[in-house]
Amino acid sequence: MLTLSNINASYGDVQILRDLSLTARSGETLCLLGRNGAGKTTTLKTIMGLIRAKSGSITLDGEELTTLPPHEVPKRGIGYVPQGRRLFAEMTVAENLEIGLMTRGRGRAVRERMLDLFPVLRERYRQISGTLSGGEQQMLAMARALCLEPRVLLLDEPTEGLQPSMIALIRDVVVDLKQTDVATILVEQRVDAVLSIADRVVFIENGQSREEADAETLRANPDLVRRYVGIA
Amino acid sequence: MIRSIVLHIVVIAGLFLIESFLLEHYAYHHGNLARILVLATYAVGYNILFGYTGLLSLGHAMFFAAGMYGCALLIRIGEWSIAPAFFVGVLCALTLGLIVGFLALRTIGVGFMIVTLMFAQSIYLTALYYNEYTRGDEGFSIPQTVRSIGGIDLTDPTTRYFAALILFSICLLMSLALVQSKAGRVLIAIRENEDRTRMLGFNPFRYKLFALVISAGMAGAAGAAYAVLFGYAGATFASVQYSIFPLLWVLLGGPGTTLGPLLGTILMFYLVDLASGSIMPGLAALVENNFGIEAPGLASAYLLLVGLALVLLVLFAPKGLLGSVRERWVPWLP
Repeated sequence: MLTLSNINASYGDVQILRDLSLTARSGETLCLLGRNGAGKTTTLKTIMGLIRAKSGSITLDGEELTTLPPHEVPKRGIGYVPQGRRLFAEMTVAENLEIGLMTRGRGRAVRERMLDLFPVLRERYRQISGTLSGGEQQMLAMARALCLEPRVLLLDEPTEGLQPSMIALIRDVVVDLKQTDVATILVEQRVDAVLSIADRVVFIENGQSREEADAETLRANPDLVRRYVGIA
Repeated sequence: MIRSIVLHIVVIAGLFLIESFLLEHYAYHHGNLARILVLATYAVGYNILFGYTGLLSLGHAMFFAAGMYGCALLIRIGEWSIAPAFFVGVLCALTLGLIVGFLALRTIGVGFMIVTLMFAQSIYLTALYYNEYTRGDEGFSIPQTVRSIGGIDLTDPTTRYFAALILFSICLLMSLALVQSKAGRVLIAIRENEDRTRMLGFNPFRYKLFALVISAGMAGAAGAAYAVLFGYAGATFASVQYSIFPLLWVLLGGPGTTLGPLLGTILMFYLVDLASGSIMPGLAALVENNFGIEAPGLASAYLLLVGLALVLLVLFAPKGLLGSVRERWVPWLP
């Protein structure tokens, strides 16, 4: 279980997160919803240690992450797929996966699992990743993060700029992850996507976690979404 | 992977076989190629840092000079024999690489370029300041009589050529092994996206330091070999010019290709040689004869031609010659 307690974080003098608290449990999909600039991406970056929390605590199954250098956080079991995918564009699909596998040192079985999860990557295995379509790149970015065998997967707008068929595929994978013990924290602008895959939603406003609801409640109460996001 | 190894073995074998032909028919080029192989070793080291890790150093001459002076001063002042002096020279470069890397790698991008340049300038000025030992820009020569290992005369052209080839081959194969190793993959990943590499659980600082030390070691080996094989050490080799040269060689041959540094060094060496020896003096004479304009500066302005070549390179082959070959025709080229 990943727990954020009273996290404060800033970009220079500008404070972004204010006493933000949330919890992601094993096997659940937690979505962060909020307007642009609310602090969703900053929350993910703070979990990864890319932005230092000024105060508060981030723990994974009781282990403190706040003081770790950023490169140690993935080793503790947190995978991160940033907005815009950020692949190693000049490397092949195989090499991108290999880099992901190296940290854990358990190669073949995990790689096969990833290729089963994303069959299109098997077809494109020797292709330079920069030449993949947007959806395929997103799948590779997710597969590479999953190569770390994380306990928590952070996804920052994974469906951004993708065609509907690809969005459906990504959604299916996120749903499949629920069958494992992986907790997924998803930042997503598409409310329909959120409502179809989320177990719980945390609304973030001005860097604070304002309200929390399960997907059932939100589907029955679109006003809540409208209040924090402006659309429903 | 096998075809990459075969390709490198073929290149090394070619350089081995061409020696006797060159010595018999083209003695001038024989001497040039021995020098090129030593300089290409320097470029191979530079390529590990710049081509594969994405770190542009403007101060690599300090490592070349550390190897050169570490070796040459021990021979001249300490009266050491060649072999231990050579290894101490390499050790000097490795140690300097570790110290500079530890400090300079706290910066990135332009900051790294400036910091490495400043360190190199400090080394260059130190070499000039301790003129009584280094003899500054004038430099000093190492007597022919001491330039031998176990009775093998390193001043003999054939021996010198093969000694340079052995050093180059070792560094080239090390570079190939590194690039195809897991650590090499991480270096390339850092070049592509450092933050992303960190988010996959790697410590970029540690890997960059590793690349810098290996690169410095190869530069130092080239510097020490230059002193031993050509019998000369001078502060010119610590100047900024010798930091720019490997960058140009690598850019021309193809950054991030193992054989690019060799190709770039050969082409740039002969471009400078031809431009300064015949093309630019010929152009100056042409201008004078046809237009009656005296252009004494034109004869020595060979860098104009080098600059033109680089502009054309950037326009038509921005990934360097072998980089373009890999992109268009040979995707497996390491």
